[in-house]
Amino acid sequence: MSTSSVLYDHPGPRARIRNTVLSVIFGVAVLALLYWLYRKFDQAGQWEAWLWKPFADPKTWTQFVLPGLWATLKAASVGMLLSLAFGIIFAVGRLSEHWWISVPAGAVVEFFRAVPLLLMIFFVFYGLPWVLKQPVSAFWAVVIGLTLYNGSVLAEAFRAGIRSVPSGQSEAAYAIGMRKTQVMQLILIPQAARAMLPIIVSQLVVLLKDTALGYIVAYPELLQRGVNDLAANYGNIIPAAMVIAVIYIVINSLLTWFAGWLDRRSRTRAFRVPRQTAPAGTPGATPEGGATVTEPQG
Amino acid sequence: MDVFTDPKNFEAYVSGFLWILKLTGASAVCALVLGVLLAAMRVSPVPVLRGFGAGWVNIFRNTPLTLVIFFCYFGLYSTLGLSLSQELDLNRYWLGVIGLSTYTAAFVCEAIRSGINTVPTGQAEAARAIGLSFAQTLRIVVLPQAARSVIAPFGSILIALCKNATIVGTIGLMESSNVMKDLINSYGNAVILIFLVFAGTFAALLIPTGYFFGWLANKLAVKR
Repeated sequence: MSTSSVLYDHPGPRARIRNTVLSVIFGVAVLALLYWLYRKFDQAGQWEAWLWKPFADPKTWTQFVLPGLWATLKAASVGMLLSLAFGIIFAVGRLSEHWWISVPAGAVVEFFRAVPLLLMIFFVFYGLPWVLKQPVSAFWAVVIGLTLYNGSVLAEAFRAGIRSVPSGQSEAAYAIGMRKTQVMQLILIPQAARAMLPIIVSQLVVLLKDTALGYIVAYPELLQRGVNDLAANYGNIIPAAMVIAVIYIVINSLLTWFAGWLDRRSRTRAFRVPRQTAPAGTPGATPEGGATVTEPQG
Repeated sequence: MDVFTDPKNFEAYVSGFLWILKLTGASAVCALVLGVLLAAMRVSPVPVLRGFGAGWVNIFRNTPLTLVIFFCYFGLYSTLGLSLSQELDLNRYWLGVIGLSTYTAAFVCEAIRSGINTVPTGQAEAARAIGLSFAQTLRIVVLPQAARSVIAPFGSILIALCKNATIVGTIGLMESSNVMKDLINSYGNAVILIFLVFAGTFAALLIPTGYFFGWLANKLAVKR
């Protein structure tokens, strides 16, 4: 572990004994904490069998959890495809040499990165029907919100990716007579896309988590169906929330692991874009203006 | 056009954003403290603590914030009876702070850990080679460099936190997104104006914050 080598030496015999003692002390402390949590839930009667029984019933899964999961995955995948398209268009727009394209594209990207997703979903769901004179479905409210926000984040990531393709690539392409559009389409975007793959997959985790906001506009996704509706039927809100949380954690961990694998793989090939910190369910995920993207390596 | 000239609506608008700022402020402090503790655990030589930190990060980073807030309200408050204030709104506020800070702490922890990872091993080795003690190595060489590389991610986390604060509206706090929803429902002829005012306020708050952190991170960056 690289962390340990910066912070402390390889442990000698005394340090090893000390670490073992500390391990035992903190191990007991952690177990005590978990037991305390267990007791708290037990006192509230949350471990009683009838609360957990619905999960042994196939109907729970076929009526609530799986349809919810399906709706979540549907919103996430449609949102992801649209975000990718939005991201590529606005990244290229922002890199344009014409100010009347790059300035508006930049403004749109900056704006949507700074506005909370929930505000956009509310606007599309409650506000747009007044303008369009017809209702907007909860599905499209969620998908449009996700697209505008995640598309803007991806646009910044793509822009950083395109700019980090070694300049020799586009110079060589111009030298053999390609035009601007060809250089972008045939040379820059394919290379940038491969290098950006890990970031795209990590953004997918953010997007998948954000579909849970659909709960607020009654889109029947995993949180709505699996926790809210299920608990309305069986009165087991805490067990339901725990089971659904585990489903989210498993899916997102797999995606995170996949992003890490792609990242490690791309490390050994061509150039790579340094990983940006993509936090929090998360809004404002990439560092501002791609400032932290350093020069391509090797 | 008379939406915001009505003092009642204007007051609702102001109080909505005050809730957002209060949520952001309190959660930022709690998440920072918790995140530093978790990061200390994650890089400690004690395996149990490392496991605890890693478990926390994996659980909260992969759970939707909406579910975390939902659990705080319906789990901690409604079912387990954890009440933090007699006043309904303040109770929601503190439950929201708990949810936001436990969630955000996972990201703070990861930012600090990767900040420490950006310090080359050679720095610590050189420090030890010139005879600095462990505490000195950490205080004089490693942590100052790690702190500087953490600024940019901290900026992103703070911005994300401020936007995520709107999710506390799920449990009924009248923060800005709920206020906007109500205004849209009562003033159908001015929906675009209402959205632009609310979104514009967020943009006016957060875009400069982003540039400030970017500028600060560049200014303090360790030149290697």
